[in-house]
Amino acid sequence: MVDILMQIYVFVLAIFVGFELITKVPPTLHTPLMSGSNAISGITIVGALLSAGAEQFTLSTILGLVAIIFATINVVGGFLVTDRMLKMFKKK
Amino acid sequence: MHVIIELSYLLSSILFIFGIKKLGSPKTARQGNTYSALGMLLAIVVTLFDQHIVTYEWIIIGLVVGGAIGATMAIKVQMTGMPQMVGILNGFGGGASTLVAMSEYYKLMDPTRGFTHQDSVTIALSILIGAVTFTGSFIAFGKLQGFVTGKVVKYPGQHPLNAFLVLIVLAGTIYEVMFPGTEWLMLTLLSASLLLGVLLVLPIGGADMPVAISLLNSYSGLAASATGFVLGNNELIIAGALVGASGIILTLIMCRGMNRSLMNVLLGGWESAGSASTTAGGASDKPQGDVKSVDAQEAAMIFDAASSVVIVPGYGMAVAQAQHAIRDLTNLLEKKGIKVRFAIHPVAGRMPGHMNVLLAEANISYDKLYAMEDINDDFPNTDVALIIGANDVVNPAARHDQSSPIFGMPILNVDYAKTVIINKRSMNAGYAGIDNELFFYPNAFMYFGDAKDAVSKLNNEIKEL
Repeated sequence: MVDILMQIYVFVLAIFVGFELITKVPPTLHTPLMSGSNAISGITIVGALLSAGAEQFTLSTILGLVAIIFATINVVGGFLVTDRMLKMFKKK
Repeated sequence: MHVIIELSYLLSSILFIFGIKKLGSPKTARQGNTYSALGMLLAIVVTLFDQHIVTYEWIIIGLVVGGAIGATMAIKVQMTGMPQMVGILNGFGGGASTLVAMSEYYKLMDPTRGFTHQDSVTIALSILIGAVTFTGSFIAFGKLQGFVTGKVVKYPGQHPLNAFLVLIVLAGTIYEVMFPGTEWLMLTLLSASLLLGVLLVLPIGGADMPVAISLLNSYSGLAASATGFVLGNNELIIAGALVGASGIILTLIMCRGMNRSLMNVLLGGWESAGSASTTAGGASDKPQGDVKSVDAQEAAMIFDAASSVVIVPGYGMAVAQAQHAIRDLTNLLEKKGIKVRFAIHPVAGRMPGHMNVLLAEANISYDKLYAMEDINDDFPNTDVALIIGANDVVNPAARHDQSSPIFGMPILNVDYAKTVIINKRSMNAGYAGIDNELFFYPNAFMYFGDAKDAVSKLNNEIKEL
């Protein structure tokens, strides 16, 4: 019970940090913000690695493998495409 | 080792926070994205040292396959296809969260493990949010790509059906807490969530996609947080919460840009706002008067006499891929000493910031791009406002016509400019399905044609002057 309470603490505080940070992002960067934050949500990959790396090969491992593929697409695709976009934002 | 892993997760979370902070300015944004990517790399590498990971074959296969697909997509996608790209990436993130939660479920079904109440609740929540994000994002992708209808979809029994699915998920979760490890129940819960994702996004119309994509973005973050609760991992909770907050803020900005509530958008279309007015106003309220149109040569002469120009891009610019022609126009005008700026409505295009990315792609300096509130007061001092593929966001009826469905929506006050040139393919109504009285204004001129062709022709005429 203490564990979940601590997790809720962390969650709520992180939401506040998120609000503070995001409101300062100018509208011109909203698309890269979406793709970049989207790549961050690929952090699920940590869970996917733990699922796929288990000792025995079971249904659980297979689900983990697919999860790794999905999350890696999310992470690699997200960060690369964001970088591609941000490279174009120039001031002359 | 455990302590080192936990501290690395903390460091990785800090890198994410700094990464997003640096997105606060176009100057530092690229560096910020690199910070976030390094945070992710750190999290992945230290996880590989976790004692629970004993086999690496599947991990390597997964990383290589996923990395290759992700990289190919990121390199190949065109800037006009960015809303679809973000849509589909949201979907993969949500899908991964669901799969991890299910994987954890099967692990706990092992007789030596067993479920706590907390496990049952968090797994159900993680499956729900992840699955809704997964199917919802693919429907959004289909709508943007054009193989799922972009129209508002309504059918009888829509809301009861959604409520029924939510009820199944709720009942399933409660039952899981009481009888954990009931596999068919978890699969029912999963199916109901997948279906719910489809049904929630299907009714949303094409031009409301900025809201849908932002909301799904938020869900993909919350899905990651939910997985963090399942695994007891603080980094997932933090990173997911940051993304969840980001998506919610963008969703609210988009709704405010249309002066509509989130509910109104999610339930589909303008109808609920406009139904009263159609009976009250009727056909007699249609704007009356003459529409004047100009050809490329006449338009060029109007520009030649101007000293300040504001260009208002809309979704039509993206469809016609006109951003490069517009860059050439900007250069030509600036060479003549004419001041050129861009006015960008928050909901122009199909996702937040869509127009800005396209103009950046065409190498237009970002300090020429102005948000609505920063340029709206300047229209009275503007000689020519050029509207390219935008409609509802420049309709003055939003300011004064209480019977209009878009009444109250913040608009760009282009009608205050001395001359307004509207490039459009035809006189057809915009997404809200209403006529635009601006076209009938004395200072307005229609310049018909596909945005790219029309601007190129205009460029040629300006060169010849």
